[in-house]
Parts: sequence; C-alpha cells; structure tokens
Amino acid sequence: MAKADERERRRYLELRSRVAPRHPRLRNAARAFAVGGLICAAGEGVMTYFMRLGLSADQAALPTAALLVLFGSVLTGLGVYDRWVRYAGMGASLPITGFANAIVAPAMEFRREGWVMGVGARMFEVAGPVIVFGTLASVVVGLGWYLLAGPAR
Amino acid sequence: MDYLLAFAFGGFLCAVAQLVVDSTRLSPAHVLVGFVVAGALASGLGLYEPLVELFGAGATVPLPGFGHALAQGAIRETAEHGWVGVFTGGLAATAMGLTAAVVFGALAALAFRPKA
Repeated sequence: MAKADERERRRYLELRSRVAPRHPRLRNAARAFAVGGLICAAGEGVMTYFMRLGLSADQAALPTAALLVLFGSVLTGLGVYDRWVRYAGMGASLPITGFANAIVAPAMEFRREGWVMGVGARMFEVAGPVIVFGTLASVVVGLGWYLLAGPAR
Repeated sequence: MDYLLAFAFGGFLCAVAQLVVDSTRLSPAHVLVGFVVAGALASGLGLYEPLVELFGAGATVPLPGFGHALAQGAIRETAEHGWVGVFTGGLAATAMGLTAAVVFGALAALAFRPKA
C-alpha cells in the first residue's frame, strides 16, 4: 500500500515537472519586463513626437498620457489588450495603457447591466481604488508641502 | 538611447510588480494601488523627478508615473494657491488622462461587443 502510494506520488511529480513551467516566476517576470518595456518605449516615441511639435517635456506629458489611453482603449475594444494582460500580467497592467484597459474592459462587459449601474459603476472597479488612494497620497504630499513651505506665503 | 532607457526602466518596474504579484498573496489591484501610492510619495520626497529625467517615458508611463503626476500637481497648486491647492492639485494635473479614460470607456461600451 505504502509502496503503491509512493509510486503514485513519483508519477505525479514527474508528470507535474513535465507539464508545469519550470520557473514560472522568472518566466512571468521576463514577460512583464519585455511587454512593459516595449509599451514604455512606444510611449517614449509618442512623447518625442509631441516634443518635436514644440512642446516641453512637461507639456508633452498630458497629450502623451491621453494618446496612450486612447491606444489602450482601442486595443481593449478590439479584444487585443486582454490577451496582452493574460500573457504579460503586470507588463500590460502597470503602464497607463493598462489603466485604460482596466476602465474600458468592464465598461464593455457590463453594458448589459445598464448604463448607470453597469457601465457607470463597474468602470471603476479596479481604476477606482487606484484613483482613490492616488488622490489621498497627493493630498498627503500637498499637505506636507503646505506645512513645510506653504504658510509663509 | 532614450528608447532603450525607457524600455529598460519601464520593463524593470513591470517585472518588479509581477514578482510581487507572484511572490505574495496581494491581488494585482492591491499591487497597482501600492505602485501609485509609492510613486506619489517618492515624488513628494523629490525622488521620482530624477528618474523621469533619466528614463523619460520609462518612468512616466507605468502607474508610479501617475502617482508622480498627482503629487507634482498637488505641490504645484499648493505653491500657487495655498491650502486650496492641497485639494485641487492632484486631480487637476491628471484630469486629462482620467477624462480620456472615462470618455473612451463610454465610447467603447457603445461601439464594441466584449470578445469572450
């Protein structure tokens, strides 16, 4: 009985080593690096384009963000971006295009639940927490700045 | 060279985020929130601007760059308008990206059917 169990266990381990990826963590990180890096390089291209039009690096940041959000939205609409997220995880989710994906994908999916409680509410399921805590952090930073340097004005 | 730097640092941030997701029990949403807050606080301490200058879009395109924009907006408007800026600066600086996402989200809900 114990022997049969042992054999069973070995067979399971061997099967698992054949089927499961050997270093999933390393592989996932490599994919995130490659895809995330490519998206940022594309962002650099967009920013360079706006700077060639005469905008400073600071001024170029806004239209660059908006255009990348547009790209992320269109690719999400076409069903492409969700494949990138499945393949690269954070490599696709961490760039601002992924932020657009987090808003657009549920907006599409929950339209059947109506415009207000579906599209309107679900749009911010993932983006909402990001905006809430990002806003709170910005208030903390602004308050810190005000207390250290502000009252003098 | 600018492209290579953007690729390297943006990829690095994404790989770190992925490692955190794979190595802890935090959900991707938690990690995204953590990266935005970390970016904002680092920016408030003056640590993020040098990264932006060196790595360009590699530092601004990932979500910590969104935190950086929020924090710099809060600082700028606080410097200009006093305590009112504490409340207006962050969202004012990121209004374009946020509004774009809402508009495109609504348009996509009109125009596209979800695939799967």
